[in-house]
Amino acid sequence: MSRPERPSLDQRPPVLEMIDVDKTFNGDVVALKAMNLTVNHGDFISLLGPSGCGKSTALRLIAGLSHPSRGKIAWAGGQGENDLGVVFQEPTLMPWATVAQNVWLPFRLRGQPYTAVRDEVLEALKLVGLEKFQNAYPRELSGGMKMRVSIARAMVTKPRLILMDEPFAALDEITRFRLNNDLLKLKEAIGCTVIFVTHSVFESVFLSDRIVVMAARPGRVIREVTVPAPYPRDENFRTSAAYAALCREASSALHEAMGEPV
Amino acid sequence: MSMTETQAAKPVVKERADTVALDAEDLRRLRLQRFDRIGRWMLPLAVLILTIIGWDRLVVWNNIPHYILPGPGLVWTTLLQDWAMLLDALLVTLQITMMALAVAVIGGVGLAVLFTQSRLVEMSFYPYAVILQVTPIVAIAPLIFIYVDNRTAGLLMCAWLVAFFPVLSNTTLGLNSADHNLRDLFRIYGATRWQTLRYLRLPSALPYFLGGLRIAGGLALIGAVVAEYVAGTGGIGSGLAFRILEAGYRLNIPRMFAALLLIAVTGVVIFAGLSFLSHMLLRKWHESAIKRET
Repeated sequence: MSRPERPSLDQRPPVLEMIDVDKTFNGDVVALKAMNLTVNHGDFISLLGPSGCGKSTALRLIAGLSHPSRGKIAWAGGQGENDLGVVFQEPTLMPWATVAQNVWLPFRLRGQPYTAVRDEVLEALKLVGLEKFQNAYPRELSGGMKMRVSIARAMVTKPRLILMDEPFAALDEITRFRLNNDLLKLKEAIGCTVIFVTHSVFESVFLSDRIVVMAARPGRVIREVTVPAPYPRDENFRTSAAYAALCREASSALHEAMGEPV
Repeated sequence: MSMTETQAAKPVVKERADTVALDAEDLRRLRLQRFDRIGRWMLPLAVLILTIIGWDRLVVWNNIPHYILPGPGLVWTTLLQDWAMLLDALLVTLQITMMALAVAVIGGVGLAVLFTQSRLVEMSFYPYAVILQVTPIVAIAPLIFIYVDNRTAGLLMCAWLVAFFPVLSNTTLGLNSADHNLRDLFRIYGATRWQTLRYLRLPSALPYFLGGLRIAGGLALIGAVVAEYVAGTGGIGSGLAFRILEAGYRLNIPRMFAALLLIAVTGVVIFAGLSFLSHMLLRKWHESAIKRET
């Protein structure tokens, strides 16, 4: 399998920058303190940390669902129509719409009729392995399949950045492993940039090339762990010594974040 | 419909049921299911037949005169005899009911959309919608007929007043119950207010609206009947309620029963029709309709 050489981390053009971002609620609850993060094109970044560390807050800020109390979030080249795709912890599908109609949604909200984007919708469904289910309703699908539809919807417009907020947390381990593998294949296929919120060390090491470890009270970044292992990664990576070592490193950073002895 | 992981499991279970002997628990469950299926129709029917027989015997054995309590046979023959007149009256009442229901749907949904689009409007007017609802219609109806000259308009207004509130309150609840993650998603994609209403809030509200509509259907009929009682004028173009009043004055009790029967049957038909509509609209995706299918 020949594949163009991935540019090293510092060669990729930036997509988005969080500069010294604070977020406080009600004036006194500090959810996020002085967060700096540069997201480069093609990055797969995991935000890893205990609950209350502000990782979901950071995601909501990037999504524009709330605004920084201080500091700023700058999109390279300004904000545009096709900046974002989002996957939530729940599949968040419209139950009254078919699978294809759900994936069509981002286009539909831009006023594009289904006939004009049918190819893109079907292509996205094919990438997540659900092309046969385009006319099914969400209730007919299993939890993992619903999540695939949600992923297809997030990437169908090929946005500059895809945000994922613990998308596999509610799934069983077998399904989660499979979706992790498929997510990586997908990323290779379309070359997207991803910020992935998780509280699983193993998931973050397997998926990402950068792990941003965060601590709680106040929510802040305490360390960044780089995962130098090349893509594509498969089941063999999961059992390799390098993987174990990286898990240990990320794990000790997480313990540090929780204020416990390593 | 394409097969899915969950549905694929079903035929396998069935196959096994054919080949492997059923255990006691399965047999008990099947027996219960069969009993449920048949009992749902047979039991109410048996109660009905027993009630009619009991009613008939009560009248015959006690020699009750027909101007006090007519027997079921007499009610039936009266229904057939007066059919032309009663049918005319039924159509009048039905027309008011349907028009009131239509206006209740338009007004209720329209007001609900307005309420959810503007907090200002909701805060200003919601309390008055509640006041209108809790004031008994018999108390307002005489006033309405003083100020509204057109009789049909007056009847319509009374029936509407009774019917619109369940549509309003249910639809409002439904519009506000759209999944919050989906709302966030619409915001992220920069959806306009209109798009959010059309593609997210209205579909979310549909099951709630249909629940309200079923209640409103019955209430519109009640409102129409009550209003006719109050309006009270006779002649051509009077509804079932007036026929009941008139028959009461003439001690024509069998006709009162016949008209009452027609009103009750009409109410049931309206409810069943709206339930069917609800089922057809939701059967593809909503939990309530899915349970009924299996």
